[in-house]
Parts: sequence; C-alpha cells; structure tokens
Amino acid sequence: MPTPTDAAGTQPAPAPSSSSPSNPVIEFVDVEKRFGDNIVLKDLNFQVARGERVTLIGPSGSGKTTILRLVMTLEELTGGYIYIDGQPLTHENRDGKRVPVSKKQQKSLRTRIGMVFQQFNLFPNMTVLENIIEAPVHVLGRPKKDAVAKAHSLLEQVGLPDKANAHPTSLSGGQQQRVAIARALAMDPEILLLDEVTSALDPEVVDDVLNILREVADTTNVTMLIVTHEMGFARDVSHKVMMFDGGHVIEEGRPEKIFTNPDQERTKKFLGAVLGD
Amino acid sequence: MITTVSGTLLAETIDDPTLVDEEEVRQSPFWDWEFAFEAFPEMFMAFLQVTLLVTVLGTIIAAVLGLVIAILLRILPKPLAWIVRWVANFIRMTPLVVQLIFVFWTFLWMDALTVGIIVFGVHYATYMSEVYRAGIDSVPKGQWEATTALSMSAVRTWRKVVIPQALRSTVPSLGNYAISMFKDTPFLLVISVAEMVTVAGEIGAPTFRYTEVFTIAGLIFLAASYPTAVLVNRLEKRLAYAH
Repeated sequence: MPTPTDAAGTQPAPAPSSSSPSNPVIEFVDVEKRFGDNIVLKDLNFQVARGERVTLIGPSGSGKTTILRLVMTLEELTGGYIYIDGQPLTHENRDGKRVPVSKKQQKSLRTRIGMVFQQFNLFPNMTVLENIIEAPVHVLGRPKKDAVAKAHSLLEQVGLPDKANAHPTSLSGGQQQRVAIARALAMDPEILLLDEVTSALDPEVVDDVLNILREVADTTNVTMLIVTHEMGFARDVSHKVMMFDGGHVIEEGRPEKIFTNPDQERTKKFLGAVLGD
Repeated sequence: MITTVSGTLLAETIDDPTLVDEEEVRQSPFWDWEFAFEAFPEMFMAFLQVTLLVTVLGTIIAAVLGLVIAILLRILPKPLAWIVRWVANFIRMTPLVVQLIFVFWTFLWMDALTVGIIVFGVHYATYMSEVYRAGIDSVPKGQWEATTALSMSAVRTWRKVVIPQALRSTVPSLGNYAISMFKDTPFLLVISVAEMVTVAGEIGAPTFRYTEVFTIAGLIFLAASYPTAVLVNRLEKRLAYAH
C-alpha cells in the first residue's frame, strides 16, 4: 500500500524513460491493452509535452480511441505504465513490480483530464447549467456562485448563452456537443481528450463545433489528444500527428509533413482513402 | 381500532341455524340499500385502518428496500452480492401467505398488523428490486463514463445521475406493484388481521347478504386504485425529460 507521502504526491515518481528533456504531461511506457485474448495495443511508447496538441489518425480498430479511454481511466490498463505530469495514473513501477496506485492519487490526476465524447453523454435529467457546474462544485469544491458565473461565460464562448436552463434533450446534436465542450472546460483541465467529437453530428454543424475547438486551441494552453476523421481540423490545430495501425505508431510528425509527404506507404494509402483522392 | 376475527366466532355465527332462515334469504330483495348504508362505515374504517395503512407503509418499505437491494447487487463484491441475490430470490419465490404465517408465528412479540406491513414491504421489495435493476441496467454506459470523466464520486453518481434516470423507466411498474399489493391485502386474514374484505365477510355472514358488502368492497378498491393509477401517471410525466 502506498504511504501517505506517496498519496499526497509530494515526490512524483520519476518516469522510467526520462529521455525527453521537457517534462511530458502524458507519457505512455510499454503500454499494452488487451481485451481477453485480443491485443489492441502493444509496446506503445510516446510522450505528449505540455500544451502540445496531438492528433491520432489511423483506420478504425487501430486502437486510437482506446488510448484516450486509457488516459481517462475508462479502460483497465493491462500492461505498462501511463504517467500524467510524471505521476503514475494506474500502476507504478516499484523495483520492477507493477503496483496499483491509490484511488486517491488516481482521482487527483483524473481531475486534471477532461474528455468530450462522440455521443456527448450529457446528463439528460439535469439542465445545461447543472451539467456544467456539477463537477466544479462537487468534485473541485468551488463556490457555486463562481461555478455558475464561469458556466455562463463558457456558454457564451460556445455560442449558447441562452440555453443555461434548457434540458439537453431539447437541444440539437451540435448544441449538445457544444455544451459537452463547455462542461469539460469548466473543470479547467490540463489535458483535453477529444474522441471523434464530430462523428455523430450532422455535416452542416460539424464546422461550428470544430471552430469552437480551434478557438479553445488558440486561446488556451490546454494539452489536447485528439481522435478525429476531420483531417482539415487535424492539420489546423495539431502540433503532431501520429499514424496508428495494428496497435502501433507507424509514423509520426508535423501535420504538414504527414498530410503532404508521408514516409510510409500505409499512411499514404490511409490518407488517400480518408481524403478521397 | 382493529377488529380481529376469531375463527370460532365466525364458525358459530355461520353454523347457528337460529340466525338464518334459508327461505327468507332466497326471498329477500337482491339489493338492500338500508343494509348497504349500515355496512359501509365499518368497512370504510377497516379500509382506512388496515388496507390503506398496510399498502401505503408496505409500498414505502418496498420502494426503498427494493432500491437498496438493486444497488447492493451492483456494488457489493461478488460473493456478498450472490448472498443478497439468493435471499431476494428465496423471498420472491415463496408465497406471500406462507411468509405471513411464518413471520407471525415466529416473531410472537410483534403485533399482527406490524407483521403484515413488514412482510408485504419485504416481499414486494424483492419484486421491485428487479424493476430497479432493469432501470439501472437501462442507463447508458456513456452516462457512467461521463461521471468518470468528471471524477464524480460514487455517491454523487448514483444520487444525481443513475438513480434519477433509472427511476424514470421504473415508475409505471412500481405503481403497478403498489396496486397489486393493495389487492393482496385480504391475505392478512391468515394472521387474523381483519382488513376490509374480511370485515365484509363478517358483516354478510349472519344474514348471507354478501352482494352489498362485496360490491361496496369492490367499489372502495376501485375508488382507491384509480387515483393511485392517475398519481403514478402524473409522476411518470413529471420524471420524463422536458422535450
């Protein structure tokens, strides 16, 4: 069991592979994810620097979404380690032994991470405002007055200033997703995970949602891990693109490079299919 | 005041030939308004003091305990959940009448009415727990994932997200069980609690005039069931999301 000092996180565990000069905000070390006998990710190592925006591309089933879900602790990590701000998220390496971290530590790291889902996942039994202030008030312990004020300014930001008292079911898909973005941002996350956020939307509202996310990217320093099929958006906002296939990163680089002149034949083929040329 | 039936008294009144003249019964009118008006107050008192009391308190116990069982089945570690499931199945699959008699004669320090309320409540809790379970299962996985993504506590997740959404789909079934419990109250006879139907029988017995009393009993049941159904309907509408 971790000692209280461990739980308080006063001594962040040193990341085993500290080859990177900057302190990565997300680090995957030898990550393996299997569902039963089906290995989805294997020997996966990568880092995301603070403020960096990384887009994961690749064919469906290549494990992109699983990576986001592992970071959000929605899936159980079956092998390896994930570090958030240098601290182990699910398991720590203690003299070569893989030991689960305390619930408290996991929760404290998790509050720094926000996620926007493909299916929005707003709480239908609450109003828009209640959806947004629930976690800031009851998880972060912020005064309700402040949380409400912030919620209103976020709703302004996503273009829904008059929907605070609406119920999610009365909103369109695009509006619901904008509320979901506001809900995630209300927690002031260091890391924002975007899991195919426009895939369930009508084509004409996709740009509205993407423009809001572009603005978030431009005006904040939030680290983003993005899974999307919107290649134009990926090119605009990301610092780095990682191409996945079969649970491995087969190529990574700056978006201009990947989208115009990829090294790998597989990447070329994938982009050709997605971009439709 | 609760009128309890003494088995011997009932038997005596029926067997006593001096009280009833069969020929007279046959020739008497089909419906006797005077008799009906005389019988009504006593029956209505029995309805309020027993039938309604047992149903209302029994429903409250069943609704709360049923939810507790459904939640325990979800959150307890496997072996403990298995025990809860087994006990609940046992109670659900044995007859209510047997449970009434068993509890009444095992816990002799409890008065019959208390036994009735508890047995009705616990018995129906096992049914309602199944309804709640289905309701909880119907909450989409994405809702749970959203609570994780927002780091909501388990208590908050249940109280603010899962239970309100689970209840929405369970209210009609829970209402039906409440009405069904209401109609089971005559079983209280087996532990000598005279609820309305038993009282009706007692009033009718000396003269074999059952038409009036059982008609009244039926109308009182209907008069109580119908508003309950309306209430459930209204609650269902209130719990539905605004569209």
